Amino acid sequence: MIQTIVPTQPNCETIQWISICTLEDIYPNTGVCAWVNGEQIAIFRVVGSVNDTNNNQVYAISNYDPFSQAYVLSRGLVGDRNGVLKVASPIYKQNFCLTTGRCLDDETVSLPVFPVRIINGQVEVGVFAPHQENAEI
Amino acid sequence: MTAKKNLVVIGNGMVGHKFLELMVAKQNHQNWNLITFCEEPRVAYDRVNLSSFFAGRTAGDLSLVQPGFYQENGIQVHLGDRAVAIDRDAQIVISASGLAVPYDKLVLATGSYPFVPPITGNDTAGTFVYRTIDDLEAIAAYAKQCSTGVVIGGGLLGLEAANAVKNLGLNTHVVEFAPRLMPMQIDDAGSAILKQKIEALGVTVHISKSTTEIVSETGKLTKMRFADGSELATDLIVFSAGIRPRDELARQCGLAVGERGGIVINEACQTSDPNIYAIGECALYQNRIYGLVAPGYTMADVVAATLSNSATSQFTGADMSTKLKLLGVDVASFGDAFGRTAGAREVTITDTVQGIYKKLVLNAAGDHILGGILVGDASAYGTLLQLMQNNIALPPHPEDLLLPPRTGQSAAIGVDNLPDSAQICSCNNVSKAAICAAIREHHLTDLPSVKKCTHAGTGCGGCVPLVTDLLKSEMRKAGLEVKNHLCEHFPYSRQELYHLLRVHQIKSFDQLLHQFGQGRGCEICKPAVASMLASTWNEHILESQHLSLQDTNDYFLANIQKDGTYSVVPRVPGGEITPEKLIALGQVAQEFGLYTKITGGQRIDLFGARVDQLPQIWRRLIDAGFESGHAYGKALRTVKSCVGSTWCRFGVQDSTSLAIELELRYRGLRSPHKLKSAVSGCTRECAEAQSKDFGVIATEKGWNLYVCGNGGIKPQHAVLLAADLDKTTLIQYLDRFLIFYIRTADRLERTATWFNKLEGGLDYLKQVIVEDSLGIAAELEAQMQYLVDTYQCEWKATIENPEKAKRFRHFINSDQPDPSLLYVEERQQKRPATAAEKALL
Repeated sequence: MIQTIVPTQPNCETIQWISICTLEDIYPNTGVCAWVNGEQIAIFRVVGSVNDTNNNQVYAISNYDPFSQAYVLSRGLVGDRNGVLKVASPIYKQNFCLTTGRCLDDETVSLPVFPVRIINGQVEVGVFAPHQENAEI
Repeated sequence: MTAKKNLVVIGNGMVGHKFLELMVAKQNHQNWNLITFCEEPRVAYDRVNLSSFFAGRTAGDLSLVQPGFYQENGIQVHLGDRAVAIDRDAQIVISASGLAVPYDKLVLATGSYPFVPPITGNDTAGTFVYRTIDDLEAIAAYAKQCSTGVVIGGGLLGLEAANAVKNLGLNTHVVEFAPRLMPMQIDDAGSAILKQKIEALGVTVHISKSTTEIVSETGKLTKMRFADGSELATDLIVFSAGIRPRDELARQCGLAVGERGGIVINEACQTSDPNIYAIGECALYQNRIYGLVAPGYTMADVVAATLSNSATSQFTGADMSTKLKLLGVDVASFGDAFGRTAGAREVTITDTVQGIYKKLVLNAAGDHILGGILVGDASAYGTLLQLMQNNIALPPHPEDLLLPPRTGQSAAIGVDNLPDSAQICSCNNVSKAAICAAIREHHLTDLPSVKKCTHAGTGCGGCVPLVTDLLKSEMRKAGLEVKNHLCEHFPYSRQELYHLLRVHQIKSFDQLLHQFGQGRGCEICKPAVASMLASTWNEHILESQHLSLQDTNDYFLANIQKDGTYSVVPRVPGGEITPEKLIALGQVAQEFGLYTKITGGQRIDLFGARVDQLPQIWRRLIDAGFESGHAYGKALRTVKSCVGSTWCRFGVQDSTSLAIELELRYRGLRSPHKLKSAVSGCTRECAEAQSKDFGVIATEKGWNLYVCGNGGIKPQHAVLLAADLDKTTLIQYLDRFLIFYIRTADRLERTATWFNKLEGGLDYLKQVIVEDSLGIAAELEAQMQYLVDTYQCEWKATIENPEKAKRFRHFINSDQPDPSLLYVEERQQKRPATAAEKALL
């Protein structure tokens, strides 16, 4: 199936939240890669500045870089282009929007995004039922 | 408000999808219920680049449909459901699954099917056509048991198919009935060059071959026979011998079709039933099928415009000019490529050495282009096409258009000479006027914005150089200077920022951004500022406040490779290494299964290390006495050397000792770009010091210092800064030179480029470095001495700190390595599997 349908307002009842790591495990303004149900998900922690780590946002997109065909996006540099939060692939430097997965340098390319949240200092990724019984962590 | 009417589109290929996009773009989905039937199990994808599917692109990569596009715009897609009948009286489309959908207007975008020649055995297992992703998947699955594959058809699609077969790793043959390749587009001479180039890539080409029989033994394809009695053994055959329009629905419901197929349309793309339109390869306009995507898009635009009442545009035939990369070879054909116009004259160039063929077809007077063919180098395509389409008079020597400029002056026409109506992007039909207007109105200053705003250059990409020229021209007219700002986050050049950072004692990116920048930073400014901080304050680059600034190479202190693993290069100062250390390196490589190669800088590169292996590898290397080689950084790499006077009978100084001393002095020095160096022990120059950023050559009296040389993309000899120096003075000058470069160069500017832009050139550089004309020599030396004194091995510091070492893992929540990494063996070592190999593994 080609199209990944991304709910803009995830229905919490159908989402199973999987705990990945603590917020502190992710350095401010960098990413990590999580293994969730056989999928590689890049999770980014974005803060206002290194000295202001209270205001945290987390974002999750696929870790797969379609241009290099390598699973590397969690290792890209986080920043913004005209205010749009994005990560630059470490291989060929294409940029992907952290909120939509859209490639900012090639409109034909878009990556899946995943629900992600911080609960009591834990970073959790949401997956859709009915896979919950096999959740490999 | 009136009820919405039904608009049904049969076929969700490239053209059918383009039509829906255009309807949405024209806000027409507000007035129509858009419904489409797609017989394939997936929505529209890029058929033009189908062969890239075997080069690793997935079905998802090839998709043309933005995720959510159909849902968000309320378009009903009947996926995997084929329309099987049209009832024109009742205005209903019937589908294979039994749906009956009423329509007010109907668009047929059913495309074409591959023609399979009537050859005995053409339905044998192992024969395929090449049209859909399903076809490709079937070919890939079958190819696993094959070693040889043949493509029947040497046209445009046949060569694309050959590329796909080659990407699967099969011995590839192309069999063409005509006496040349691409008979519709290029002539015999062009075909000869194309054949030569394709055969050099390992694809065997057979021309003037008529296949008479496909032979199988025990149900398995084994060979094919030709009319001339010869045979060719093969395991797999792909037919790519042309296309035929899919007009069976039109025939079933009684629409007019052409003698040889194709749904007859008029200028409005209407069929013989005014409520039914046909677009793309299924449509026949003036007895002609247009088998390229651009005319199909034009037809889609005509119908979308008609149905939105926005404009009465017409389809009046299309230019079949085309530029492609087939098996990596540029091929272009445009206008009257075969010189069929009465009185037409030709200018041709054939270069069988470089594999280039260029032909211009001119009018009888020789002052206007009618058409042409380019093989091997199609860079002139955009310009030539513009000259033809706009009927521009040629310069006195039309042959200059095919050759590099003879007097330093380009014969190519400037974009300013093109009329506003000139069609720049033929894929998306964008005119010069539209591009210029977009640049002016939206204040565009870079190519990606122009592409995004106008769609020019987003198809085949052939017009990108022209679009770039238009952008530059418009910016010049608007009086915009080409800014040297670091990026959108800092309105300063690197040199200005470096100055600010030192004067204001700024020690972090956040502080610099807060005081002198805006936004959050990006992949351009973050590593650049990290480098400036390192070459000023020399804190460990992985201190937490610098961590998020580092490019992945600096973040993991290793060089990222194409598959996401890293390479490891320990420092081997001057290229001198003990047998014990060499053995230790070999043992580490063996233990961790690393591909091993000698570098050009007299070191050893170990490839294929996973992030989780890096700290273990480095613990072993550090125990064996190695330290970081900084191959990952924009920093000093190596100081190469010859053995010098110690062993060599010609050597006049001990070049190895000096090289080691210099490498240890400047190791880890962060700079705007990488720095390479070498020391030669005599004028024979075996260490190639004159191709380095700084090089030293021994003389009878001391050392000659050369600077600003370069190998790489644009080789340049270094210039002699000072001669016959003693070692102390040599190091003094080098300290000054390096810090002066670090302070004043642009981001990613090597010393050679920096020198070429330096006002005053070599004389000025000598004044600053040797004569201290700016009075900053002491300060430059002091900064270097500080950096030398505060050096630390980045790897040693990292593995000694468990907090820093913790980051070296692929998954934050699992200890397993990246499961996508796959290797094959080549010459007794591992290498990454290609995408085609991965598909088979």
